[in-house]
Amino acid sequence: MQKVYMKGNEALAYGALESGLNAYFGYPITPSSEIAETLARELGNRKYPQYKCFIQSASELEAINMVLGAASTGALVMTATSGPGFSLKQEGLSYAACMELPFIIVDICRAGPGLGNLGPEQSDYFQATKGGGHGDYRLFVLAPASVLEMASFPKIGFDLAFKYRNPVLILGDAFTGQLKEDVEFPSWKKPEYEVSSWAVGDSKGRDPHILNSMELDYQKHYEHIGRIFEKYKKAEEKDVLYEEYMTDDAEVVIIAFGVVSRIARSVVNNLRKKGVRVGLFRPMTLWPFPARALRKLATDGIRFLDVELNTGQMIEDVRLAVGSGVVIDFLGRWGGIVPTEREIEREVQRLEVVTG
Amino acid sequence: MTEQSALRVKVGKIRSLTENPTHYCAGCEHGTLTKLIAAAMDDLSIREKTVMIDSVGCSVLAYNYFNCDHIVAAHGRAPAVAAGVKRLRPELIVFTVQGDGDALSIGLSETIYAAKRATPITIFAVNNGIYGMTGGQMASTTLAGQVTTTTPYGRDPATTGTELDASKLIGQIDGAAYVKRASLVVSEISSPRGKVYTIKNLLDAKRSVENAFKVQAKGGFAFVEFLSTCSVNWKMSVLEAKRHVNEQVIKRFPIGLYQDTYGVEKPSPK
Repeated sequence: MQKVYMKGNEALAYGALESGLNAYFGYPITPSSEIAETLARELGNRKYPQYKCFIQSASELEAINMVLGAASTGALVMTATSGPGFSLKQEGLSYAACMELPFIIVDICRAGPGLGNLGPEQSDYFQATKGGGHGDYRLFVLAPASVLEMASFPKIGFDLAFKYRNPVLILGDAFTGQLKEDVEFPSWKKPEYEVSSWAVGDSKGRDPHILNSMELDYQKHYEHIGRIFEKYKKAEEKDVLYEEYMTDDAEVVIIAFGVVSRIARSVVNNLRKKGVRVGLFRPMTLWPFPARALRKLATDGIRFLDVELNTGQMIEDVRLAVGSGVVIDFLGRWGGIVPTEREIEREVQRLEVVTG
Repeated sequence: MTEQSALRVKVGKIRSLTENPTHYCAGCEHGTLTKLIAAAMDDLSIREKTVMIDSVGCSVLAYNYFNCDHIVAAHGRAPAVAAGVKRLRPELIVFTVQGDGDALSIGLSETIYAAKRATPITIFAVNNGIYGMTGGQMASTTLAGQVTTTTPYGRDPATTGTELDASKLIGQIDGAAYVKRASLVVSEISSPRGKVYTIKNLLDAKRSVENAFKVQAKGGFAFVEFLSTCSVNWKMSVLEAKRHVNEQVIKRFPIGLYQDTYGVEKPSPK
C-alpha cells in the first residue's frame, strides 16, 4: 500500500481491516466517529473479503454485547467509543475478561468527567489500566502516539487479544484520532489464531463449549481468576512495549504517552541543541506498564518529569515502578488543553537547575 | 404437531438435554419450557448447530441443562449477544431464554432493536409476572394490585404504570416475523370423571417453539412469550398459581398470535 494522508481514526479503521477484521459494532460518539464511518463505508469492499459485518447499535451496551457474541465465534471483532461510551461499556468488558474473549475496543479519549468536552485528555487512564468495570481483571492497553501507530496497533492488538484471550484496549485521544499524517500500511500476513478449543458453533463430535463468567462454586471461581492472573503475570514479563529516546546520558527523563510524547520528543530535540541532557520514556503499553524498564532508568540523581493530559494518573504507576527516593515532577493539563513545548521545556529546565 | 410427539417428549430420551437435574422450583414451568425447547431441537435436528444465549434470572443455569454451545450474557443483553453470533455465523441457530425482567425491563432496548433489525434469532421470554431469582420483586408484567416484595401494598398503576404487554409491543414492530403469546400452564377441564388436566396449552407451546425455530431458519426474527407461574414468590400453592394464570393472568395477557409473516402457524388441532 502506498503512502496515504489520513486521520488517525481512519488509519485505525484501515489498520483493523488490514489485520483481518471480520466485524464492527459501535455507537457514534465524538471524537471517535470516523472509525465507524470509515468501517461503514468499507463494508463490501472486495479488498477486505473477510470483513462481513457492520452494525450501528442502538446503544453502547448493545454494541459491546454484540461484540461479545461475535467474538465468541472466534471472529476478529472491534468496537470504538470515547469516554462516556467507554464507561457504559465497562459492564461488557468485565464479562468479556472473565469469559476470556478476544477483541479490540478503542477509546478515543476526550475531556471528562461527564460530558466534559471534545478536546483531548488522558483522563481515562485509571479506568483503562485498572480494570474499569466490576471485579478483578485487566485490559491490555495500547497507547498510540501517531497516525502510523493508530494504523499498526490493531494488528498488535489482535495478536495480544488472541494470544491471551483477553480484550485489548487501544487508548487514543482526541488529538491522535483527529490528527492527519502520512501513513503507509505494512503488509501483514493473514492471521491464524487458534479458536477451535473454545469458540461456539458447530458442536458436532465434541462437548458443548460454554462461555460463561459465572461460577457458583467459590473454589472453582478462585482458581479461574487465579489462572487469568497467571496469564497476566506472563504478559507483564513478555509483552511490555515502550520506547526510550535519548535516555542513555539523561539527567532528566520525561515520561509521557500518546500525543504528549510527541510534544515531549520535540522538547528533547530542542533542549539537546542547548546542551540539556534530557530524554524521553514513552510507555506504549499502559498495561502491562513498563515498570521494569522504568526502574532501570531510576539511577542516582535522575529526575523524572511525568507529563499527562489529566491531573495525575499514570504518575501513580510511575511511583510504584521507581520506588521512593526518586524525584518525580508532574506537569498536567486537562479540560482539552495540551501543554506547549515551551511549557514543558520550562519545567525541564527548572528541574535541571535543581539537579545542577 | 400431534399429541403423539408430545407423548414422545415424555417418554423418549432427549439428546438436546443433559443428564443434570434442574434447579427449578416445584411447579415452575421453566423446566417444562426447557424440555419443550430441547425436544424441538431434537425434532428439527439442530442441536449441533445451535448456540443458546443464557440470560440472568431463573434461566441463568440453562447451560447445565441444554446439551449445546452456550454464552451466558449479562442481564438483559442476551439478544445483543445472540445478534453478534448470528451476524457472524448465519448458518447457526441462535436462541435465548429470558425472563420478563431480563427481556422486558433492563433489556427491553436490546429486545426491541433485535426485532426492529429483523435479526434472525429466536427469543423465548417467560412471563411469570415477577422477579423470581431475586426473590419476588415487581416486574413490568406484574398485574395491577399484585403484591410483591417491592409492591407490598399491591402494584399501584398510578406510580408504577400498568402491565407491559410484550407480545403486543413486539408484534407491531415490522421487523418481527413471528410473535406469539403461549401458555406453559396446564388447565383444568371438567370431564365425566370430574376435573382433569389438559395439556392443550403445552401442545400449543411446543408448536410455538418449533415455529419460532423454523422462522429463524427462514431468516426471520421470532419472539414467543410464555405465560408461567411462580408459586413460590406469588405465595400460592402450585395449584392455586396455575389457576391464577388460567383465570386472572390470561385476561390481561391473552394467548394468541401477534405476528406471523411467514404463515408458519397452522390452526391448532381441536
